[in-house]
Amino acid sequence: MMTVSYSWLMALSAAIFTIGVAGVLIRRNIFVMFMSIELMLNAVNLAFVTMARRMGSMDGQVIVFFVMTVAAAEAAVGLAIIISIFRNRETVNADELKLMRW
Amino acid sequence: MPVGVFIFLGVVAIISSLGVVLQRSPIHCLLALIMTLVSIGALFLALDAVTVGFLQIIVYVGAIMVLFLFVIWLLNLQADEAPTGGLGLKFFATIAVAAMAAELFIFFSKTRGAMEAANVAPGYGSIDSLAQSLFGQYLMAFESTSILLLVAVIGAVAIARRTIPQRERGPTKGTPTR
Repeated sequence: MMTVSYSWLMALSAAIFTIGVAGVLIRRNIFVMFMSIELMLNAVNLAFVTMARRMGSMDGQVIVFFVMTVAAAEAAVGLAIIISIFRNRETVNADELKLMRW
Repeated sequence: MPVGVFIFLGVVAIISSLGVVLQRSPIHCLLALIMTLVSIGALFLALDAVTVGFLQIIVYVGAIMVLFLFVIWLLNLQADEAPTGGLGLKFFATIAVAAMAAELFIFFSKTRGAMEAANVAPGYGSIDSLAQSLFGQYLMAFESTSILLLVAVIGAVAIARRTIPQRERGPTKGTPTR
């Protein structure tokens, strides 16, 4: 009987991470760029859980727990920054936010 | 994990994560992101990570995504007219993403081993075994996250509150209500 290989799960994780990187690079809406960062965090979580299962150890899952906590903190602060930018500049387009650009 | 379950969840995850990047309306991107998170959570359950799988659904889909939804509602975000950057940006982004994808796939294809049901201890992935690690070996890190969350809450409130006077705000489209 055919079983799922760990390299398939790692390949799925790599694919989702790559899609997240593409989202950050290509999209100009800072809100969608932020969602793409969440996508990357989840792809890494999937790799951690896969490897924890392969090693038979709980350490990978504990790290996933901490990644979720940090993602929650990051979402709170990041969305506050987006609200603050939108209130002052009336835009969420990254191309229009070039005050510090040389 | 049966092969059919993996293929179904993997296809759903990849299609919906493409939906996050490719759709124009932020609310559609968010719905696609929720779909991705649910399918990754189901993959966690299939990987015997029961506690983390349910935490994924509760924390991500239940809390963080609702925060995103509230911000879309608060800012009244509409569909982008020009969702992507210029041609040069797309060109270099495509090269960079293709290089990184190739690198990751070569690296991860070296992963050996297939999932057997037998090679995990009983109780693997349960709340009990997670708590044994969390409150044993990782106690200091666990306590530090409480400080991190406190700092994040204070920081979010400090950043998002209105402190900028009206005259420094620059030209605005409508009259802001206070």
